[in-house]
Amino acid sequence: MQLRAERTFYLIGFVLLAVAPWLVSPYNLSLLGRFLAYAIVALGLVLVWGEAGILSLGQGLFFGLGGYVLAMYLKLVNLAPGDLPDFMQWSGISHLPAWWAIFRNPVIATLGVAAVPAAVAAAFAWLVFHRRVGTVYFALITQAMVLAFVTLLSSEQGYTGGFNGLTDFHTLYGLSLDSQSVQNGLYWATVAALAASFIGLKWLTGSHFGKLLRALSDSENRVRFLGYDSMPYKTIAFVIGAALAGIGGAFFTLQAGVISPAGIGVVSSIEMVVWVAVGGRRSLAGAIVGTLVVNFAQEMVSNAFPNVWPFAIGLMFILVVTLLPSGLGGLFRPEALAALRARLRRLSGAAGLIPMADDPGRDMRGVK
Amino acid sequence: MSELALFVGQLFNGASVASIFLLAALGLALSFGLMRVINMAHGEMLMMGGYVAYLTLKFTPPAYGILIAIPIAFVVSGIAGAILEVLLVHRLASRPLDTLLATWGVSLCLQQGARSIFGPIGDEVTAPKWLGGAFQVTHGALNGLSLPYARMFIIGFTVVVVAALGLLLVRTRIGLYVRAVTQDRDTAEAMGINIRKIDLLIFSLGTGLAGVAGVVLAMLEPVTPSVGQAYIVPAFLVVILGGLGSLIGTTIASVMVGLISALTQIVWTVSLSKVFLLLFVVAFIQLRPRGVISVRSRALEET
Amino acid sequence: MKTVETLLAVEDVTVEFDGFKAIDSLNFYVDKGGVRVLIGPNGAGKSTLCDTIIGRVRPRSGRILFRGEDITRLPEFRIVRKGICRKFQTPGVLQSLSVHDNLALAARKTRDWWHAFGRDLTKAERERMEDVLALIGLADKRDYLPSQISHGEKQWLEIGMVVATEAELLLLDEPTAGMSPQETSDTADLIRRLVGRHTVLVIDHDMSFVEQLDAPVSVLHMGALLKEGSIAEVRSDPEVAAVYLGRIEDAAAA
Repeated sequence: MQLRAERTFYLIGFVLLAVAPWLVSPYNLSLLGRFLAYAIVALGLVLVWGEAGILSLGQGLFFGLGGYVLAMYLKLVNLAPGDLPDFMQWSGISHLPAWWAIFRNPVIATLGVAAVPAAVAAAFAWLVFHRRVGTVYFALITQAMVLAFVTLLSSEQGYTGGFNGLTDFHTLYGLSLDSQSVQNGLYWATVAALAASFIGLKWLTGSHFGKLLRALSDSENRVRFLGYDSMPYKTIAFVIGAALAGIGGAFFTLQAGVISPAGIGVVSSIEMVVWVAVGGRRSLAGAIVGTLVVNFAQEMVSNAFPNVWPFAIGLMFILVVTLLPSGLGGLFRPEALAALRARLRRLSGAAGLIPMADDPGRDMRGVK
Repeated sequence: MSELALFVGQLFNGASVASIFLLAALGLALSFGLMRVINMAHGEMLMMGGYVAYLTLKFTPPAYGILIAIPIAFVVSGIAGAILEVLLVHRLASRPLDTLLATWGVSLCLQQGARSIFGPIGDEVTAPKWLGGAFQVTHGALNGLSLPYARMFIIGFTVVVVAALGLLLVRTRIGLYVRAVTQDRDTAEAMGINIRKIDLLIFSLGTGLAGVAGVVLAMLEPVTPSVGQAYIVPAFLVVILGGLGSLIGTTIASVMVGLISALTQIVWTVSLSKVFLLLFVVAFIQLRPRGVISVRSRALEET
Repeated sequence: MKTVETLLAVEDVTVEFDGFKAIDSLNFYVDKGGVRVLIGPNGAGKSTLCDTIIGRVRPRSGRILFRGEDITRLPEFRIVRKGICRKFQTPGVLQSLSVHDNLALAARKTRDWWHAFGRDLTKAERERMEDVLALIGLADKRDYLPSQISHGEKQWLEIGMVVATEAELLLLDEPTAGMSPQETSDTADLIRRLVGRHTVLVIDHDMSFVEQLDAPVSVLHMGALLKEGSIAEVRSDPEVAAVYLGRIEDAAAA
């Protein structure tokens, strides 16, 4: 019964998203489309962080790879053979490098949107996980990775478009990107991709695989000593997260008309974690809602008071993590509400500055 | 300038950069060894130190203002760290990833705070005259080599700080406690060590050192609200390379990171050198996943 | 009389932590069938021996044979698949899975990732799980989360997980830690019921519990075997009393 209510709720949500082109202005629709592309990234983070307990501070890398792969195709598609994209000519590049040329093929580019980030993630995760590097180290290395990536993008202007990134796209698979009906079509494609990711991840988290990921985040040792090799499970979860980030990046690029280092760096990558933290790290629906709430809030606050937004997002992060670890999604679950009440009571009881003598969290340290 | 002089000059630059990495990373490494948490706002403790230097030099004689700024920055960043530890880090102690995220929120607020107070543009801190010049080599194989006194001061100062910290850890009772808690937290607690005090002490000591690093850094480049961000990622890599809470490991790792950054920049661009550094770290953990100095004990196997 | 088969052989094993020999040229054999108890004072190397057998800690020298096969350098998950499973000291149950799912994870025979995309257990696995649920007395609490059951029940759940793997050799590291006397004696019953299908190696401090098990005892001291024999023999041994039992009685008197 409860399951049916849940399904009805999700169905209503996606139907509302699908009819949005008739309800909201083209400007807001374009915002919504971009934020839904972000939500695909957030869904991947639910699997990677919420379920498997692997914190990635580098999803911007995979988002960027997906976006750039598609953007390379979009830059090449209208060029005569032998011609170079505009920014390459300005930088005095004379030959199109091979790693650009292969993305002239629409099939390779479309597959590459997910396959390139997935391959990078697979190589990286395998190298790091098979040496049993802890989750904190892993998070820090992903951050260094995304920093190196954006530095490289910004400095190799002749091949990447530098700070400005890749922009000025006109046609996709022969369709004009300037027409409103194509923009509506892109929006629906984004909603469809989001719905497909949502359903796929619902199925995956309900399978043995999903349970095993949760078990790994509880205690990797216990799982390993029940005869499971944890490495491939973690790697696959990370790869799926990266592929979804790449797909999100591609849809974002199409709707924003640009992909540049600005939106994929260290700070943007952590913001992706914020969306999921606000929505609820273990809730797929929560992650979508969290992404929309945070991004629309950002749109409103940062336009009116640009200096306030960093404070707002910083405080939001501190509060959600300390008081409501299961995010907005937790507000609908009685046990999470009870935990919140207990936390608030402890906080007021401790009067702020007095260290708590018996922090129940301490017990967790010994758990293997 | 001869190639040798260029090489030696970069070695020297690398050593001075390594010094700042080391001062910034020491606190991170020590508290990571103790509590298994990483403070993402550690870079902002460094930034605070930089602004302390900027403010102090406004009100003190330029000749020795920087020497006054060092202890003030240590205290200011140390107190800021203590507040952070008590209010946030300690409360999230059993959730290292959440600590990372919450302290990142703090980092954002502190950066924006600095931007609101001091503006987004860098504030110059001029080094005193006696640190102004450079040691010039004018003949021989190293002709053209120039070693700025400010960088020499940074290297020398770091050596003194690390030596003092080493003595604290090896020779004093507090140091003994710190090593005990790093080895095996539960046993140390059972033996009557007040781990709460040790955590707080080391965390604030670490942020204080970051503040000092900020003062020193201010002599090399302008202080900006985001100056901490530029140094914090290499400092994280130093912690990963160095091994759990090891002073020697952290020192060796800082030198490695500093020299790799400086030497690869002779042949490559800054960005390629950053990419190489990351690849180096990933390759290094294939060989030594627990860092340069890996402590083996049953208690550590648990994590 | 038929000869007993050796199931596990620890041969000349030395384990070092930073120069400290936690286990020192130890030879230790476990026969197939029945219960075997390993006791020793704190720091004697009991848990390290367990860690070494299951591959969590690698020995500096020596080798470990299971059913005559060298398992010293196998990855941990392969050692488990050979038929050795361990219960940890602090209950290592999986907090976000229900009692049922904890056992299901352990009972699954296909543990490779490419088998993990289904939802259902095989009939044999389901039956095994029902047996284990009944054995550990948690059949009515199958849908509870570990946070909703008592400490003793968590210990039983973890024992149940180890049993559900159908491993031939079960290593139970302090299975009665933190239990009431009644729970302790129930645990002893539980362990005796495992005999026949499994060989059980129990590590414990609690002498009353060890007496209830009524099994051959080995005493470990400073990483080496001090004495092997029945509980009565071990009790009457003056050397054992000096290093171990004396302390227990001191502690009981205190």
